[in-house]
Amino acid sequence: MLRFTLTRLLSLCLSLAVASVVIFAAIEVLPGDPASIMLGVNAQPDTLAALRAELGLDQPMAARYLDWIGGLLQGDFGISYTYRTPVVEMIGDRLAVSLPLALFSLALTVVIAFPVGIWAAARRGSVADVAIMGLTQLGVAIPNFWFAMLMVLVFAINLQWFSAGGFAGWDAGLFPALKSLTLPAIALALPQASILARVMRSALLDTLSEDFIRTARAKGLSRREALWRHALRNALIPVLTIIGMQFSFLLAGGIIIENVFYLPGLGRLIFQAISARDLIVVESVVMLLVFAVIVVNFLVELAYAAVDPRLRAR
Amino acid sequence: MTNTLRSVAKTAAAASVIALTAGAGAAMAQDSLTLGLQLEPPHMDPTSAAAGAIDQVVYANVFEGLTRFGSDGSVNPGLAKSWDISEDGLTYTFHLVEGAKFHDGTDFEATDVVFTLDRARAEDSVNAQKSLFAGIESVEALDPATVQVTLSAPDGMFLFKMAWGDAVIVAPESIEDITTNPVGTGAFTFGNWVQGDSITLQKNPEYWGEPAMLDSATFKFISDPTAAFAAMMAGDVDVFVAFPAPENLPQFDADPRYNVLIGNTEGETIVAMNNARPPFDNKMVREAVAHAINRQDIIDGAMFGYGTPIGTFFAPHNPDYVDLTEMSAYDPEAAKALLEEAGVELPLSVKMTLPPTSYARRGGEIVAAQLREVGIEAQIENVEWAQWLENTFRNAHDYDLTIISHTEPMDIASLADPDYYTGYDNSAFREVIDQIAVESDPEVRSDLLGQAQTMLAEDYVAGFLFELPLHTVAKTGVEGLWVNMPTQATDLTAVYWDN
Repeated sequence: MLRFTLTRLLSLCLSLAVASVVIFAAIEVLPGDPASIMLGVNAQPDTLAALRAELGLDQPMAARYLDWIGGLLQGDFGISYTYRTPVVEMIGDRLAVSLPLALFSLALTVVIAFPVGIWAAARRGSVADVAIMGLTQLGVAIPNFWFAMLMVLVFAINLQWFSAGGFAGWDAGLFPALKSLTLPAIALALPQASILARVMRSALLDTLSEDFIRTARAKGLSRREALWRHALRNALIPVLTIIGMQFSFLLAGGIIIENVFYLPGLGRLIFQAISARDLIVVESVVMLLVFAVIVVNFLVELAYAAVDPRLRAR
Repeated sequence: MTNTLRSVAKTAAAASVIALTAGAGAAMAQDSLTLGLQLEPPHMDPTSAAAGAIDQVVYANVFEGLTRFGSDGSVNPGLAKSWDISEDGLTYTFHLVEGAKFHDGTDFEATDVVFTLDRARAEDSVNAQKSLFAGIESVEALDPATVQVTLSAPDGMFLFKMAWGDAVIVAPESIEDITTNPVGTGAFTFGNWVQGDSITLQKNPEYWGEPAMLDSATFKFISDPTAAFAAMMAGDVDVFVAFPAPENLPQFDADPRYNVLIGNTEGETIVAMNNARPPFDNKMVREAVAHAINRQDIIDGAMFGYGTPIGTFFAPHNPDYVDLTEMSAYDPEAAKALLEEAGVELPLSVKMTLPPTSYARRGGEIVAAQLREVGIEAQIENVEWAQWLENTFRNAHDYDLTIISHTEPMDIASLADPDYYTGYDNSAFREVIDQIAVESDPEVRSDLLGQAQTMLAEDYVAGFLFELPLHTVAKTGVEGLWVNMPTQATDLTAVYWDN
């Protein structure tokens, strides 16, 4: 297990190093000059030059890369060009919205998908199974932003149970904060839950047709007992993979939902930063997300190994 | 019968409960206001960025200049209560208001004005409108309440320039943290900023002038048009300035809970043509484009009917405006004849670069269709704002056509520069603009401005479309809002709830 963990850690570090170069290069070649966007159409050339010098944009690209990566290693993400505040503080503020939102919607996803998937697998071919498959197909197909707008129309405008968007802030208390995340979390969770339920069902059905299940049935276990005692644990590997991917998606992919609900999260920060060419913010946030994805994958792999001891030997 | 009575009583009781809660809600709302804005300011320093979003929050509320704009675009006294101008027009002596304090408790004095103006025109200044201060020769504090500004040449626009958000007065004591903690002299103090979400301003109890009527004001930043509509309908915001979904305005207009204010901005929206390179270096081709364009179709199709047609590069609500729309009236036959006379080979293939604003993207499709009618094939190229600034506006001016709204007030002079992205090179026009800059007699100025406008229309420098409108949606009962936007600002000093 130790060797397994170490080799995985090494590949994690390598991935991060490669990612940092790719991110930096990709973002630096974007056309558009940050100083020129900040100062607008009437700026004079000498003013632009003064601002570029102030931001360090007059340095060569390699020097700026080393500066950036050196800072990252020490936990210093630099100062945002446009906001003029430390990037690490901005990311912290935004994570306070995006991370709880991602966890909230992931929890909803699991809570919905597990029972639905297991139920459908246990009643394969029944009317309920067909209905669930149809509904989840619909859930996958519906764009989440459209569903979000529909919910706003019903719950915010007509019933006025929720506000149409915005974030109450954790200072306002747990309940108001969670309340303002509820509609976005549902909008994010529903398509993910549909996917996960389908994966859960087919993984269970696959395992149910394996030899060891037949043996268990031959021993006299009922179909249901075999499912709960033997099949479920073995079906969890593909499900865990999907959950890992979904968490990364929920953390990074909230851009559209954050815009629909005007939540001050990471997605909106990236969106604003890209259009303002606040390169240092974009680079740092994307790097952070890559880091999160890689770490989540790493944890998922460790979880595989815990679920299935055969994988540790590989 | 008893049953009916009982249900009537119940209904009445329920109604009174509803009325009470409604009354309580209104009473609570009376001293605070929540406003929706589309763009969040990057930081709070109006003197070091072009972002209109900064002025939108702090102008007139937190920071004040020597002079200030009124809703009608007039220039009024601000921190300078009066001024004397010398005979030769070179020396301005400003008499400052007394008893004004910055929000950190320090006194507002002449030295603050000297500091502000010297900082803005310094060599390493990052002021986005540095040219406003280019004519200043020296700034001197005569005594704590008097400042003397000497210009290198007379400037009829100097008081106007000092009203811009980029010329607000800042203090040396608080300049260090201005980006996160703006300290001004205005009727509101900066309260709290939840980045990405909202900014709150508080009433300044020690304001030197007429105090604000609101106790607090919160700006919420909602960039998505659909979300803006939802926030307004759900009652999350009381006012939305520059409401981004014009298609929903009739719905608000018909609803007694809301008021729709339609006003003007300083945004001349044009189909800019690259005068410096073929085919638009040929005046006849430009004239053909001007006649091929049907303004009303564009206003109806892209702006849902809102917007005043313009025939030159000047705001139609300005008293010096000359209506020249007839010179470029919609006449596709004339356009075809002009193209034939110019000897261009049809279909003429050109590139139309469109920035991401909705007027440009929506308008661009219509313009392209109208140009196709007369034999001009405009290839649409959608670009991001950053790309537009870099490739179209600055550097190479690599474009044939583009659609853009010039939102700075009184910006006709910018077309005089042959290196400007329009590439218009006319020495007679430059001369008129130079005369306007130094002329302070209103009548002569007005005449010169008329000449300049006519020259632009006669040379068909661009396809002049319409003046960008300003739509504000407000809950019924909110009074005192600016209807027009002479500069990007949300002046809350006179706003109150009337109910």
